[in-house]
Amino acid sequence: MTIAPIPTQATIEIRNLKPYYGKRLAVRPVNMTIEPNKITAIIGPSGCGKSTVLRCLNRMHETILGARAEGQVLLNDENIYAPDVDPMLVRRKIGMVFQQPIALRTRSIFENIAIGLRLAGINNKHVLAERVEASLRAAVLWDEVKDKLNQAGTALSGGQQQRLSIARTIAVAPEVILFDEPCSALDPISTLKIEELLLELRKQYTIVIVTHNMQQAARISDNTAVFMVDTDDGVPTGVLVEYNQTAKIFTQPDDPRTEDYVSGRVG
Amino acid sequence: MSLKSSRIPNYQRRKATDAIMRGLVLLATACAIVPLVLIIGYVVVIGGGALSWEFFTDVYQPPMTATTMDMIGAAPGGDVPFDPNDPFAHLNPGALTGADPVDEKGADILEAPARGGVFHAIVGTLLVTSLAVLIAMPIGILAGVFLSEFPGNSVATVVRFACDVLSGAPSIVVGVVAYILIVNARNPDTGQPYGFSGIAGAIALTFLMVPTITRTTEEVLKLVPEATREAALAMGATTWYSTFTVVIPTALSGIVTGIMLAFARGAGETAPLIMTVLGSNVLVTSLLQPIAALPLVTYRYTESPFPSENTLAWGSAFVLMMLVLAVNILVRIATRNRLRLQ
Repeated sequence: MTIAPIPTQATIEIRNLKPYYGKRLAVRPVNMTIEPNKITAIIGPSGCGKSTVLRCLNRMHETILGARAEGQVLLNDENIYAPDVDPMLVRRKIGMVFQQPIALRTRSIFENIAIGLRLAGINNKHVLAERVEASLRAAVLWDEVKDKLNQAGTALSGGQQQRLSIARTIAVAPEVILFDEPCSALDPISTLKIEELLLELRKQYTIVIVTHNMQQAARISDNTAVFMVDTDDGVPTGVLVEYNQTAKIFTQPDDPRTEDYVSGRVG
Repeated sequence: MSLKSSRIPNYQRRKATDAIMRGLVLLATACAIVPLVLIIGYVVVIGGGALSWEFFTDVYQPPMTATTMDMIGAAPGGDVPFDPNDPFAHLNPGALTGADPVDEKGADILEAPARGGVFHAIVGTLLVTSLAVLIAMPIGILAGVFLSEFPGNSVATVVRFACDVLSGAPSIVVGVVAYILIVNARNPDTGQPYGFSGIAGAIALTFLMVPTITRTTEEVLKLVPEATREAALAMGATTWYSTFTVVIPTALSGIVTGIMLAFARGAGETAPLIMTVLGSNVLVTSLLQPIAALPLVTYRYTESPFPSENTLAWGSAFVLMMLVLAVNILVRIATRNRLRLQ
């Protein structure tokens, strides 16, 4: 049982996006277009707002107390910040995987995946079992856990838990998956597995990944956005300095700040 | 720099200071434990001695060695047949008042052996406290969810402050409030006060339980990592769904601990019960009447001149302690996480 690969062709267009924490503008207005079925990497030094921008793409930013965003984010020409849009439905279309692998405590491996499906109103046992298996296969975890689906999700290793998180995200059939430093808590071998998985998922989903590992961005991404910290009236503010094909960013960047950063002179 | 201790200046003084401070800490710890050990030990030794099968199955019996049949038999012309509809008809008043020493058994009251039990009080405590927990649990848990999941508004600040004040309020004050609001309130139909009842006691205990449950729930929900909530939200869950299917199950054992604390406190409270349920010496299962409770038995009979009633008081204190312990263990077994790390 595998998911029939139907490429989703989801494009995200960011128009004049301004994320705020309270009254403070966190990142200067961002404009960029994320291409479908490609891996877009967001890199930059700490505090440059790369995670903030990522979280704006599925309206997770506003779940932080006092945080809000202005501007437009178009998913296939539909503004997710339009007033009548339900953020819950946005997050089902644009899933997210976090830095810390999250295996929900008190839930078995099976239930860790099934929770998202139940959320989407699927309660039929056979359908649940099918979809859970398909998601675990898509996250290349099935062979490792098929005999212990009823055990606690927290019993898995960190790398396995991260793939479990990815399977949970895939289960609700999103079009775009956002990754917020998915490998920074993992060892090199688990990191390699996740990277292979990302390249596989690219065929079906549009992927955006925030990483502080430049080699990772160079290895797996098609396009790269570089953010930097600048100072507005003494307040550090993030700014998008360059967005281009990954090969160009790492070999002949247009902006001298990008060159300094990717060559390791700053940041 | 030498490693030899003799070369370090003031070495002996430092060693002595360390030993003294360590001794003080141990002494203070011992002082803190002494009352606890004394209380538990005393209750177990004396109260445990009062236990018998009858103690758990029987209700209160007045302290006397004479039985009704003895008194009837001692009446003048003792061969008069016993009339079941008028048990006092042939009663010898001397047997009760002791004015006329015709019945020597009446004088032995102070040495009367313990009789009767606290079954009525066990039933009463379980009924009143369970009802209180049933009322307090949804209110406390939902209020705790509100404080933890919707923080940073002025209502939450006020609620939190009120909970802290209420959880420190003397229980006698809560009892007085319940007395005025419920016991003394007049039924609009009859114009009569509602009077003492188990329900009034349960509501008074609810006042004491809600702040405990609310604050414990809030604290354990805050311990759930933010990432867990975000994972649920990122799947497209509503705050309600994420709270009730992900956050609360994760913190369940902590919430249960809060409820157990509240149950233990409620079961042991005496002052509010004096003013609301009053107490009873017979088995009552209706929450609309005055009803017995273990702490009330302890309170009432500790100061009794009759040693047999004192024994009853100690025994009920012991049963109360064991009851709280047993409920605690049972609930823990029932709610422990069934997923094992294998």
